[in-house]
Amino acid sequence: MKLNFLLNRKNVSAEIEADSLLIDVLRNLGCYSVKRGCESSNCGLCTVFLNDMPVLSCSVLAARAEGQRVTTLEGLQGEAEDFGAFIADQGAEQCGFCNPGFMMNAIAMFRENPDPSDEEILSYLSGNLCRCSGYEGQLRGIRAYLDFKKSQKEGV
Amino acid sequence: MLQIRNYVKAASLDEAYELNQKKSNVIIGGMHWLKMSRKNVDTAIDLSGLGLNFIRETDDSFEIGAMTSLRQLETHEALNKYSCFAVRDAVKDIVGVQFRNTATIGGSIFGRYGFSDVLTVFMAMDSYVKLYKGGIAPLREYALRKADRDIVESIIVNKKPLKISYMAQRHARTDFPILTCAVSNLEGRWCAVLGARPLKAVFIEDKENLLGSKNTVTEEDTKKFGEYACGQTTYGSDLRGSADYRKQIAAVLIKRAALSAGKE
Repeated sequence: MKLNFLLNRKNVSAEIEADSLLIDVLRNLGCYSVKRGCESSNCGLCTVFLNDMPVLSCSVLAARAEGQRVTTLEGLQGEAEDFGAFIADQGAEQCGFCNPGFMMNAIAMFRENPDPSDEEILSYLSGNLCRCSGYEGQLRGIRAYLDFKKSQKEGV
Repeated sequence: MLQIRNYVKAASLDEAYELNQKKSNVIIGGMHWLKMSRKNVDTAIDLSGLGLNFIRETDDSFEIGAMTSLRQLETHEALNKYSCFAVRDAVKDIVGVQFRNTATIGGSIFGRYGFSDVLTVFMAMDSYVKLYKGGIAPLREYALRKADRDIVESIIVNKKPLKISYMAQRHARTDFPILTCAVSNLEGRWCAVLGARPLKAVFIEDKENLLGSKNTVTEEDTKKFGEYACGQTTYGSDLRGSADYRKQIAAVLIKRAALSAGKE
């Protein structure tokens, strides 16, 4: 069957099977930021936006994306670069495999809640697993990014 | 690995129902649990085009469409205000936001899973299941039924006077629960619901009237109720905990939830 959808603001089409998963279709279309980690809906590595909402692409039938808007990290380069530098500054990641899913979900959180508490951050990102460097550095990076954004806004 | 031969986005509930009568066909909700199976599905029936993603509030009830996501339950202000945030507490540790954005209440309730936080919290309220062919059934009764080929259209929660608290025990945040527990006072009658035993949730009335009929409770009464209610059901063992461990946890969770629900 043929699938038509909007990928990173561009109309794309793909030939899919009834049980094709969104993650595979996206990778076949060149979006290699979308990673397969656990494949059991637990690790958050495969996070993409479906109509601006973070979802696990390993558990979404590709057919469900028909006519919908899908965004991957490739489509969020501006926001990602800005935020990614703060994560790198904290040495928050080692292998980086979890990074794209983490970045996607963190961006979703910033959009939904621009001024989250530490508890809200930990809660929102609890579905993004990192097996090598832990979460303290990520939290520091997020806090530093939010403080920077706040100071920019306040003109400090 | 799950295999699906055909995908149909149903144009009507009638079409979905007709398709669902074939045993090799299946309705897909969030598809998270289904995807972990090795089923060979002929036709996957998608209800997402049928307008079943809604939470409607009237003066005396909430109606929640089957395709409403767990995240919508978590963030719905009025539903959480009514449920003393027990609905939010029940879903907030289910994997992550991304998971909860697609997992549906219809899938959770229809599945009547032995690990379900969702079934547990809704059973502690005056909840009903609206079925496409089977009419409206009390959730506590529906939970006992065997799975059939009908379709869950929505969940209805009557806004009866309610005090409720939800607690669960997990080895780690976002893991499956070892035990789920909701304690409520519905129109002056106290009850406990225990799930993830690891069997599906059971409803336990305060038949001994240990908590009285008032909204507030004492710590001593909640301890007695915990000890009584934990003995009213059975428990199983799995890799997350033994039956004996679950029973001990049950007494503590019931006590704490009753104390929380019954505070001034």
